Amino acid sequence: MNQYVIIGNGVAAVGCIEGIRQEDTEGKIIVVSEEKHAVYCRPLISYYLEGKTDLERMQYRSEDYYEKMHCDVLYGKKAVKIDDASKTVILDDGSALPYTAVCVATGSVPFVPPFSGLDTVSKKFSFMTLDDTLALETAVTPSSKVLIIGAGLIGLKCAEGLKERVAEITVCDLADRVLSSILDYDCASIMQKHLEENGIKFLLNDSVETFESDTATMKSGKKIDFDVLVLAVGVRANVSLVRDMGGEVNRGILVNDHMETTVPRVYAAGDCTEGDDISSGQKRVLAILPNAYMQGHCAGVNMAGGSDAFSNPIPMNSIGFFGLHSMTAGTYFGKEDGGEMYEEKTDRKLKRLFIRNGYLTGFILIGETERAGIYTSLIRQKIPLDSIDFESLKKTAALVSFSPETRGKMLGGVV
Amino acid sequence: MKRVYVNEKWCLGCHLCEYNCAFANSGMQDMATALKGKPIYPRIHVEENDTISYAVSCRHCTDPICVKSCIAGALSQEDGVIRVDPEKCVGCLTCVLVCPYGALAPSESGVMQKCELCLQNSCGEPACVKGCPNRAIVYEER
Repeated sequence: MNQYVIIGNGVAAVGCIEGIRQEDTEGKIIVVSEEKHAVYCRPLISYYLEGKTDLERMQYRSEDYYEKMHCDVLYGKKAVKIDDASKTVILDDGSALPYTAVCVATGSVPFVPPFSGLDTVSKKFSFMTLDDTLALETAVTPSSKVLIIGAGLIGLKCAEGLKERVAEITVCDLADRVLSSILDYDCASIMQKHLEENGIKFLLNDSVETFESDTATMKSGKKIDFDVLVLAVGVRANVSLVRDMGGEVNRGILVNDHMETTVPRVYAAGDCTEGDDISSGQKRVLAILPNAYMQGHCAGVNMAGGSDAFSNPIPMNSIGFFGLHSMTAGTYFGKEDGGEMYEEKTDRKLKRLFIRNGYLTGFILIGETERAGIYTSLIRQKIPLDSIDFESLKKTAALVSFSPETRGKMLGGVV
Repeated sequence: MKRVYVNEKWCLGCHLCEYNCAFANSGMQDMATALKGKPIYPRIHVEENDTISYAVSCRHCTDPICVKSCIAGALSQEDGVIRVDPEKCVGCLTCVLVCPYGALAPSESGVMQKCELCLQNSCGEPACVKGCPNRAIVYEER
């Protein structure tokens, strides 16, 4: 009988379980879960702090999920080695799990730069896991002054989640803008203004020089008093299991569109991987939930002897703060790279579509996001813009811009 | 499975489907009380230009990217029908970002709602189909 080992118990692992079970209902599946929790919706930890969900509702799957899928979950165990010679996964308790195929879905860990004096800070937290969140929740009080290092997706969602629970939140970042991984300068300014109007303070272009107990001295010379520190500088993919066995890694574990690593029978999926980004043509770590599920599912199908390719991954994010939503996708090629941009801008709304060589390669939408998936599909499916009425589509995302034949297939048939 | 299909040649652009949808999902007995003078949040919408009009609602895809992308585990597919659990949804709009048909939109409260073929409401069959005056929307197996 086949035995599949999945290292990690996040969304990529669920995708993998469901991919395997699509092909093989008999084989044994063992999930190695370092966290002592059933799979939960990791991106919901900020919504938990905000009171928009709770521990029960943020479960990603039903209570009897693993049982229904015939999976054994080893909670609180860590895989320390994948032994290629004996085809076993070695755990931290010394036990060895033989595998027919293994999926590395180990995610990422927070990257903490070596700040001077960080050890003198008593209440410091990362914001990646449910346990981080529960610890942070216990530490904050209505009079807390919170300092968040990092104005990226994690830091800002943390700020939003904590806003009503604390007295003051300051976010600092070395970058010149918020959300620098997904927004260009103009778009970031709109978001920053909105966040500031909702009571979040920013110190950009600045970083901590040194911590002394509950005071941070910035490179600019400013001093910030705080009692709770959140470190959200960035994350690093957990690549060591594959790297140590000689598999190719870069910033993530390198995978092809079958989610194969360079080591036979070893697959990888989710935030720990570096795969294709078809919008840029480059390999990238795309640490987003949809890709984690789809990569996991693809890996699972292939591990169990089926054949599947995840051939159109792109970066994409839908993220809102205090009621203002932004959606981003793909790659924003500038003029210097042969790209052009279509823009609509008002005070609180912005649309930027990035076009190159007759294809939509990326977009940023702020405030108005209706039917954005139509734009996303143009990027993912590489639809030539001369095959549609792009003049009307760029103004309004609607199927009316497609040919009657295409629309007939989309709305008149099984898709 | 039976799905809702549109024939744009027959659509009059009357938007009745939107009203019938909003009413069927309102839980109320009387259409005027449910809808009159209020903004409506239907799960089907009419798109049109100078020459054509047609209605769009969830295609209940065989390989639904919205379900795979939902960060809250709120979207699921059972017997082919894609449903949203409004208790689990946090309104992040990731499903809007990925749906190639533009078939999902938030409800009045901000959490998502979508066409669930009227299987759970009192109508029992798609209200948009039942009320379409020109039979431009049909509910059938294809």
